[in-house]
Amino acid sequence: MIKTEHLTKHYGSLTAVEDVSFQVSAGEVLGFLGPNGAGKTTTMRMLTGFVTPTSGSASICGHDIDTEPLAAKAALGYLPEGAPLYGEMTVRQFLGFIADLRALEGERRVARLAHVIEHLQLESVLEQTIDTLSKGFRRRVGLAQAIVHDPPVLILDEPTDGLDPNQKHEVRALINSMARDKIIVISTHLLEEVEAVCTRAIIIARGRIVADDTPAGLAARSRYHNAVTMQLEQPSQLLAAREAVAALPAVAQVEMSERDARLTALPHSGATILPALSELAARSGIKLKELHLESGRLDEVFRTITA
Amino acid sequence: MRNVGIIMRRELASYFATPLAYVFILIFLVLANAFTFYLGGYYERGQADLDPFFTFHPWLYLFLIPALSMKLWAEERKSGSIELLMTQPVRLREAVLGKFLAAWIFTALALALTFPLWITVNYLGSPDNGAILAAYLGSLMLAGGFLAIGSCMSALTRNQVVAFILGVVACFAFLLAGFPLVLDVFRSWAPQALTDAIASLSFLTHYESIEKGVIDVRDLLYFAMLIGFFLLATGIALELRKAD
Repeated sequence: MIKTEHLTKHYGSLTAVEDVSFQVSAGEVLGFLGPNGAGKTTTMRMLTGFVTPTSGSASICGHDIDTEPLAAKAALGYLPEGAPLYGEMTVRQFLGFIADLRALEGERRVARLAHVIEHLQLESVLEQTIDTLSKGFRRRVGLAQAIVHDPPVLILDEPTDGLDPNQKHEVRALINSMARDKIIVISTHLLEEVEAVCTRAIIIARGRIVADDTPAGLAARSRYHNAVTMQLEQPSQLLAAREAVAALPAVAQVEMSERDARLTALPHSGATILPALSELAARSGIKLKELHLESGRLDEVFRTITA
Repeated sequence: MRNVGIIMRRELASYFATPLAYVFILIFLVLANAFTFYLGGYYERGQADLDPFFTFHPWLYLFLIPALSMKLWAEERKSGSIELLMTQPVRLREAVLGKFLAAWIFTALALALTFPLWITVNYLGSPDNGAILAAYLGSLMLAGGFLAIGSCMSALTRNQVVAFILGVVACFAFLLAGFPLVLDVFRSWAPQALTDAIASLSFLTHYESIEKGVIDVRDLLYFAMLIGFFLLATGIALELRKAD
């Protein structure tokens, strides 16, 4: 379990993180969201013992990071922001070095190294120096060092930053495959990532926690929660359709996009409008290309909360 | 202690993975020999000893050691790899010691490669090999002192050039602590006891007696304590500034 209590970090008069408290249990994938400079990285650095908090405490699997740093650090794997590595080493040397520091020995060492090399597809670059690797490979080497000792807690600072869509997909699949029995904390500013891998999201802004919920729960805060979007086959019907939709009693507001002949109807809070809309379309002869129910837009929630 | 060895080996290997090791050793050997023969008058003196060789070591180290030590921590901080290292289950003092030892062993290797001079002097005459061994030991301790100071300066900044300049200045101050150049700064206002204390910190005074073949435990202790002090200071500097 990860537990933080009132974590606070001041740099001079600047407050980077203020009174951050949360707990994460095994099986949870916690997404740490926030605008750049919100305090995500500072919080992760306090969790991993790299930055000493001004006040408050953090513990990893029951080991306080300040009073039992070695036990706490042994229980966690960490990918720092930007995946810093030793550029002059080859991938094989580097992973060997980390395995040594992680006190992996004998058969387990061989097996764990083989495991991470296979899962992060590093076989082809093992003898290359890290300086010569592409950004995608460097990030994967960074991930490999974080999981080589199979830690119960993983803390990943922007694990998919700079990866192409295929690599992002692979890394997310890797995180999902480890999620069942580990505690994983990832920081990101990609909202799609939260939906793809996280079971819970904390949004942090100006150093404070402003939301702590499941991705679905966050999406439900959106004014688009339960909204219905319809795309018309004939743009000429758009204005008439808009009138008709707006006239429905449960509809609070209608947004229109002329470019792709799309209407979005926002319900009064708690109301369900999908059946009424589909009935309306059938009744008044509006031909639809598409009709779907929205669960909410995370980006809109994110902007509203952090603005 | 296991981690000290792991970090030391990685560090040593990294010297040889870049041109640094080869350039350093080459320059060290060329300059050491040039000083010995041209400035020291190795042949002209007509004496079978290595005095002209060892006399110039403090001046050689003054520029070469900070060049070696400047990267110890400044580079880690610049590249961010210090965050990777410090979040492994490693104590800060193990990392400080491991890196220092790697640099010291590397210097010892460069020093050992001056062995042809020792062979030459034995071929030409019959020198006091005990005294030569003592001088090598003294030179190594001197290098250790310089390296510890350099390590501390490197921990203070992310910029290697700044680390180099700070290193040279700090080493220079310690080198000449017993000389008017440094002492005059203090003499005008500081009490006599402080001036004497500063004078007793001089590298040159302690080195010269060992270099002459006299191994005094106090001189060895002086270097050991100096190394310990500056490694401790390195640790404190890192603790305060590693994440900046």
